[in-house]
Amino acid sequence: MAILNFEKKYRVRGGTLFGGNLFDFWVGPFYVGIFGVATIFFSVVGTLLILVAAAGGDTFNPWRINIAPPDLDYGLRLAPMALGGYWQVITICALGAFGSWALRQAEIARKLGMGMHIPVAYGVAVFAFFSLNIIRPLLMGAWGHGFPYGIFSHLDWVSNVGYQYLHFHYNPAHMIAVTLFFTTTLALSLHASLVLAAINPGKGRDVKGAEHENSFYRDFIGYSIGTLGIHRLGLFLALGAGIWSAICIVISGPFWTRGWPEWWTWWLKLPFWAHM
Amino acid sequence: MRFNTTNITMLSLGGVIGVIGLALLFTFERLPVQSVQTNFRGTGAATVLNPRTQALLTAANQPPEAPEPADATGERAREIYENVPVLGHLSVEQFGRIMNVMTTWLYPGEGENLGCNGCHVPGNFAAEDMYQKHVARRMIQMTMALNSEWTAHTQNAGVTCWTCHRGNAVPLNVWSEMPVAQGANFLTRPGEQNRPAPLAGYASLPTDAMTSMLWGDNEIRVAGTNQHPRPESRTSIQQTEWTFSLMIHMSSSLGVNCSFCHNSRNWADWEQSPPQRLNAWYGIRMVRDINNTYIESLRDRFPPHRLGPLGDTLKTNCTTCHQGQNRPVNGALMIQDYPELLPAPGTALPPRLGPAADQRAEVAGPRAN
Repeated sequence: MAILNFEKKYRVRGGTLFGGNLFDFWVGPFYVGIFGVATIFFSVVGTLLILVAAAGGDTFNPWRINIAPPDLDYGLRLAPMALGGYWQVITICALGAFGSWALRQAEIARKLGMGMHIPVAYGVAVFAFFSLNIIRPLLMGAWGHGFPYGIFSHLDWVSNVGYQYLHFHYNPAHMIAVTLFFTTTLALSLHASLVLAAINPGKGRDVKGAEHENSFYRDFIGYSIGTLGIHRLGLFLALGAGIWSAICIVISGPFWTRGWPEWWTWWLKLPFWAHM
Repeated sequence: MRFNTTNITMLSLGGVIGVIGLALLFTFERLPVQSVQTNFRGTGAATVLNPRTQALLTAANQPPEAPEPADATGERAREIYENVPVLGHLSVEQFGRIMNVMTTWLYPGEGENLGCNGCHVPGNFAAEDMYQKHVARRMIQMTMALNSEWTAHTQNAGVTCWTCHRGNAVPLNVWSEMPVAQGANFLTRPGEQNRPAPLAGYASLPTDAMTSMLWGDNEIRVAGTNQHPRPESRTSIQQTEWTFSLMIHMSSSLGVNCSFCHNSRNWADWEQSPPQRLNAWYGIRMVRDINNTYIESLRDRFPPHRLGPLGDTLKTNCTTCHQGQNRPVNGALMIQDYPELLPAPGTALPPRLGPAADQRAEVAGPRAN
């Protein structure tokens, strides 16, 4: 049990982000820390508020529970609880929980003397949520532009907000984001199939290593990105997908109010080569 | 940093991308924007507006100042003038007023084919020689119909010649059938698809939706009514794209987006739609009536240069009146100042469609989902 011996070695107090050793302990395999406590606090309060808000709605069907943001008329003010106030407090709880979760990752990484790649990567997902429900509503001047909390209702929101710009597939940042999402799955499937192929050569044959993997891709497309490079590429694609999704929704409204197809008319206004 | 070839290549590449990115920033709009909620909170339904663009639109759509009201009493125009079948019921003073104001609406100025000469043979107002006079007469009948039979769409605002013409003999926003472009690039398809066309909001959608749906009365509704496709409820991709094209035209014409009339979670369902959709439904039927009953009926009257390249008339669509606003002419109550453009007393036909119309004629109407 070499791994457990190793864990014993690093499972010592100290090295927290704030300094001190408040909640600096483990429960079973889990590190708690001040941010673990904060995560639990925000998650529990947020979840209970969702249940309370749902009790004020007309269904407890988990598909159909809908906790909607305030009317646009409330602007950036606080709304009465039943008229969007729950949504506002739940949003604070969500960001508190997501932020604490990222900081807990940072704290564990710091204790282990690792880089901050994990909290940064997770932070991009939190940034996408932050863009949707904080940045864009702030830019457009009303919390009512946030998405509602509900399985069906948030999908309906996505649909209607897309049609606010007539044809969302013409949104250039959406195009880049979708391309990156698909390319992420392409890269992961190429990587996973390559690794599984190398270590599953068939019964009675030697397991192959990185040299075989590199050789395959050199024979195949003349280039191998390498065992480390594929992970750099994977993270670049995945984070790019999240960042460009955030960009594509933040520009919709604050920086473009018309149909997205019309945005491309800048091409038609170019000199002669636009009409070749 | 060492200046080897790779570094220089990367730097130039970065520079080019940076310059293109910077240039693209100027293709966007800027803050602040305005938004108006159009459905229940949280549905994501809102009209999003650029206040700078709105200010330009408001300035461009000012209604003309109305002349002093005319005395409706006294001798009738038909007792004084010849050949006044449509406006003969007006008082002489009213008749003069509306003739005068029509010249400013359609043929402003003086000279050949301007002012009264736009429709009348100079020196002989009773003459029936000019095609413009016949067109104007039919258009006055149409205006009267829009202000009586079609109030389900025109509401209390009503319409005058100005609503479409805005000082032009031919309204600026009209359409006709277009021949398939010859010599266009290899992506061009029948139906003018894959060419950026304002009529389709510059999307890669067919641009001939109007022939089918605003001249013809082809079904616009393409959503199935059953959970699974059935032969009787099957619609083609082409039909669906026609509908999308028409709907983008309506949105752009009115300066709104899809959520102004629909909840996209179920386009067809009236229960979830904002009430504006009802008005738009009547509007589509109204435009068909305008194009068929009034404008196309004049086809033989028009000289060739007033017809489209395929010989049909220059017809109307939503932009003809709306011109980027969901209430044309800044929402001015156009008909209030021009009672001359209401039907003669006792001749008004009942509303074609709408709450006051005969509900028995409504079998295929919006309630039949």
